[in-house]
Amino acid sequence: MTSTRSNALVIEKLEVKFDRFLALRGVSFDVAPGESFGLVGESGSGKSTLLRAVAGLAPVSAGTITVNGTTLGSSRTKAFYREVQMVFQDPYGSLHPRQTVDRLLLEPLVIHGFGDIEKRILRALDEVGLGSSFRFRYSHQLSGGQRQRVAIARALILEPSILLLDEPTSALDASVQAEVLNLLEQIRRDRKLTFLMVSHDLAVVTHMCDRLMVMQNGAEVERLTASELAKRKVTQEYTRNLLIASQGFVRPDIQPEH
Amino acid sequence: MSNMLTVEDLRVQFPTRNGTVDAVRGVSFTLGRERLGIVGESGSGKSQTGRAIMGLTPPHAKITARKLNFDGIDLLEASVKQRRSLRGNRIAMILQDPKYSLNPVMSIGRQIVETLRTHEKVSKAEARKRALDMLAAVQIRDAERVYDLHPHEVSGGMGQRAMIAMMLITGPELLIADEPTSALDVTVQLDVLRILDNLVRDRGMGLIFISHDLRLVSSFCDRVIVMYAGRIVEEIAATDLHNAKHPYTQGLLNCMPQIGADRHPLPVLDRKPEWAA
Repeated sequence: MTSTRSNALVIEKLEVKFDRFLALRGVSFDVAPGESFGLVGESGSGKSTLLRAVAGLAPVSAGTITVNGTTLGSSRTKAFYREVQMVFQDPYGSLHPRQTVDRLLLEPLVIHGFGDIEKRILRALDEVGLGSSFRFRYSHQLSGGQRQRVAIARALILEPSILLLDEPTSALDASVQAEVLNLLEQIRRDRKLTFLMVSHDLAVVTHMCDRLMVMQNGAEVERLTASELAKRKVTQEYTRNLLIASQGFVRPDIQPEH
Repeated sequence: MSNMLTVEDLRVQFPTRNGTVDAVRGVSFTLGRERLGIVGESGSGKSQTGRAIMGLTPPHAKITARKLNFDGIDLLEASVKQRRSLRGNRIAMILQDPKYSLNPVMSIGRQIVETLRTHEKVSKAEARKRALDMLAAVQIRDAERVYDLHPHEVSGGMGQRAMIAMMLITGPELLIADEPTSALDVTVQLDVLRILDNLVRDRGMGLIFISHDLRLVSSFCDRVIVMYAGRIVEEIAATDLHNAKHPYTQGLLNCMPQIGADRHPLPVLDRKPEWAA
């Protein structure tokens, strides 16, 4: 067991309960600074709930979350949000429809009392590959990929050290997905960020993450490194099924009825 | 192979305040009893092509074509009544997300029966029996129970199966599937595709499979049409896909992350203005 201090994120026996439903059943893992950790599983496996629990958006009933050496309580401080930011799945739902990109990016800066606002907004837009011409547009004037870039810019503008990514590309086209994944990788390299990424797509997670955890029914199934997965060194049946599913559709040979 | 559907120079235009938007610009293809895939990114006109065939284009849009012919019927000349008798009966469409495309205040069984009784004169008891058989055919184990459930009470995969059941109960000759599995989990996707595959094969239907996922389409269809900015840029047999010539097709094939392939950064599409010409 590595010491808690040196890890960016430590989750220990985390449980989340919605009324009587146990959505997360004691999950533990840790993420080193600068590492990219992936969570994979089907709908309802608890992967998004885990991410939301870290962000303070899900009711934690047991277990601890430690971020950069500080164990979190039930509420989140402003300092926490300076360190940890989240990018949501659906860029159509996560941007305010009546605010311009400028206003969207301004809000976190004002909340956290940043100076040189002008420069930061321009730099954030530049960093995600949207020129300053996008600054005064509304989100409905942007394509899905552009919206997700704005959402990433909004998360980055506070210069966090940890980014929580909840299926950042599953609402996007395959061709746009590649662009957004490249952008995320670039940013992680440049800023030495820690990623905690959720996806149901094994290929995306192995592309982005060094290590990953397969989840089902709110519990861990298996923990793997990306290279183990690439070599198909999986021990659990469930992971194997996910792997087969990610290969795409294979028409079964027509066999005589039995 | 006789052609069931002939599309020649199909154009769909939307008048807007800032001039006309050409969603589909001269698409031509023919379809027999086979599986045809239409691939392209958002805004390439793939869904509008499907909707024009189905007759679901919004009324303010303008559709023109040299030929839009389904089994000898000119779809552009056909009366509203005739279109309605085709739609859901001989041409059916599966939509993307069962959460939005099923009626939320009607039980699944009643929706299926409604489709059937709109197009065929059958007794209530007979309709119920056929709906239950159809639910069983899409591999819903407990058909009796699911029959009385409402769409919000079932999972996405189950909802999509119910939708397939609803669309296939009238025994259509042409099925248009618009991103039928994009809203589903990877594991469920395969189940739904397998069911669709079996039913299409057993019933000898023609299928148009619309998706943005080129790999998925190519593994499922015989022939693939690749669309970009409202036009067909390439038509290719699914087995020949690795020999695709157009840079857009190659780009679509290459941009997906693959397990075991260490490609950082991923190749992205370098969109050239002349592709849209």
